[in-house]
Amino acid sequence: MSKTSVNTNESFFKKMIHSQIFIPIAALLLLTLFNLIWDPSFFKINIGPDASGNQVLSGYIITILDNASELVILAIGMTLVTAASGGQDISVGAAIAIAGSVILRVLCGSDSRSTELQAPIIVAFIIACVVAMLFGAFNGVLVAYFKIQPMVATLILFTAGRSIAAWINNNELPIVTDVSLSYYGNFIPGIPIPTPVFIAIICVIIIMLVLKFTTLGLYTQSVGINEKSSRLNGLNPELIKLLTFVILGLCVAVAGLIKVGRFSTINYSVIAKDIEMDAILAVALGGNALGGGKFNMMASVLGAYVIQYLTTTLYKLKVSSDALSAYKAIVVILLVVLSAPIVREKLAKLGKKLKKKEA
Amino acid sequence: MKKIKKAMALALATSMALGLAACGNGGAKSDSGKKDGGLIKVGIINNDPNESGYRTANDKDMKEKFTKENGYDASFSYSLKNDEQIAYAKKMIQDEVDYLLLSAADTAGWDSVLQDAKNAGVHVILFDRTIDADPSLYDASIVSDMAKEGETAVNWLKDQGLSEYKIIHIQGAMGSAAQKGRSGALDTQVAADGNWSIVTQQTAEWNAEKAQQIVQSVIDSGESFNVIYAENDDMAKGAVAALDKANISHGVGKDVIVMGYDCNKWALEELLKGNWNYDGQCNPFQASYIVDIIQKIQKGETISEKTIIMDEKGFDAGKITQEDVDKYGI
Repeated sequence: MSKTSVNTNESFFKKMIHSQIFIPIAALLLLTLFNLIWDPSFFKINIGPDASGNQVLSGYIITILDNASELVILAIGMTLVTAASGGQDISVGAAIAIAGSVILRVLCGSDSRSTELQAPIIVAFIIACVVAMLFGAFNGVLVAYFKIQPMVATLILFTAGRSIAAWINNNELPIVTDVSLSYYGNFIPGIPIPTPVFIAIICVIIIMLVLKFTTLGLYTQSVGINEKSSRLNGLNPELIKLLTFVILGLCVAVAGLIKVGRFSTINYSVIAKDIEMDAILAVALGGNALGGGKFNMMASVLGAYVIQYLTTTLYKLKVSSDALSAYKAIVVILLVVLSAPIVREKLAKLGKKLKKKEA
Repeated sequence: MKKIKKAMALALATSMALGLAACGNGGAKSDSGKKDGGLIKVGIINNDPNESGYRTANDKDMKEKFTKENGYDASFSYSLKNDEQIAYAKKMIQDEVDYLLLSAADTAGWDSVLQDAKNAGVHVILFDRTIDADPSLYDASIVSDMAKEGETAVNWLKDQGLSEYKIIHIQGAMGSAAQKGRSGALDTQVAADGNWSIVTQQTAEWNAEKAQQIVQSVIDSGESFNVIYAENDDMAKGAVAALDKANISHGVGKDVIVMGYDCNKWALEELLKGNWNYDGQCNPFQASYIVDIIQKIQKGETISEKTIIMDEKGFDAGKITQEDVDKYGI
């Protein structure tokens, strides 16, 4: 930025291409371009009343923003865990089941079909936060102090989590009839934008502020880049790894609140199923190294929106059920390969060659 | 490995010994169980009860029927993995159960252990799921006919006499028996009748949220539809959530017909309120059928029909009563 602005045009472009956030932005633009050409009505936003008479916004864009919320929140925690420990937590889906189950257990008490709330939602949420952070800490201790590979360590909770969730509610499926819980997953009366969108934005703002005003970002990156040298510099790598897992636990609790808010009930076996893979993918699409070290939070967040954008686009195109995952995989392979450093280097070289020829 | 080999050797040895003993006694084994403690020894291998509401109800039903009071000494083992289930089966054969009740996780791989059971004089009764094995290896198999469930539902829909059927078809996890049976009937009907068309056909993998997104996508596109055919209750619920967001009326006498499967209690309550139109049953209550068969075998009768298909109902929102909800809700 300090350079004179004579050739800003080119340098800005170069900077864009070489910056990490380029990949998710390019993906978003590509998807947008595709939808514009295919059917511009994709971007139409309507306002109209829902069944309870609130004026609410609807349209594909709103659907994307709404449904990406949980993924965005998880991507925040997953990015930190990836950066510090060089591995991923595959138990977040199961942990969401646990957090959701705890919320419903507190709200319903012992009667799974009770008509009034047994406790305020905020209390249920705080208890769920504590439980989810404890499970996060469990993962964190295994990774940080017992030096178990993150994927192996979190495999334990991945396997057991949904059974634990079912056990918390005695294997019953509680249903909350009070509407106030549904505000967190749908709309607050009088506000036309889905609540999860706000929750996700708040989470992103909080983490950006934390990264800006604390040393969390610096410390996690240095631990991820070189554990030994960061210890020599007075950091405690174990503690920082543990901390990232606890933060992920907090993200899980927030995502769990949105999930149970959507339907005011839970299904232990399918709630947030396979979301861990999408969360890891969001981190990868953001161009972050899955082996740890440097990270770009905003890129991960955009990566999460890209995934939902893609899903919604595929639904709109009515890709047949058998082929849906295959199409998703093809797009993902393309994006991930393009974001790989080796490929980008080669592409850059190719670009230079072409330019020389032109000249 | 050593342990497994040991266990296998033991299982083989016991089964052989038992086989010999059975020969010696001239097949009096089935009586001896009753005479000994007065209890019939039953080993039950099931899938994890947390798997779904269906399984929870199924397990509860089993536990209620096979009690000491009813004359059974029952032991339960659960796993979603075939190899673990086979290990349980071996152990139960060693424990000399009279009956082995099995809901197999996977259709393949059961031949040798069932042969062991046969040699040991253990009666095998399959429930809920069939396996790829010679029918001589088991005494009976009690299953749901998913294709028939689908036909019942589609026939019900036909009877509604709509002038045009524009259907959103939300499928279960692709390839599962329930998905194949329930999709099959609808696909056949749509192909046969020009008045029936599919607006979209997508899998939501039994997941309410994915179903909501699928229906939301159709609403956002502005296409019209008047039937939601969801292959389980959770997905029907997700679809209804999307309808509610867009203020599209659904249920008895409204714009959109909502159909679900599995007869969860909360789903039947939606029917009772008239918010949904139809719910197809997938009967998890196999225990009474099994009891019948066990009693027949105990009396020395032969089982004429090996494969027993359970009665399964389809509930219409106009006709359902509170009694039905209490009786059939799972």
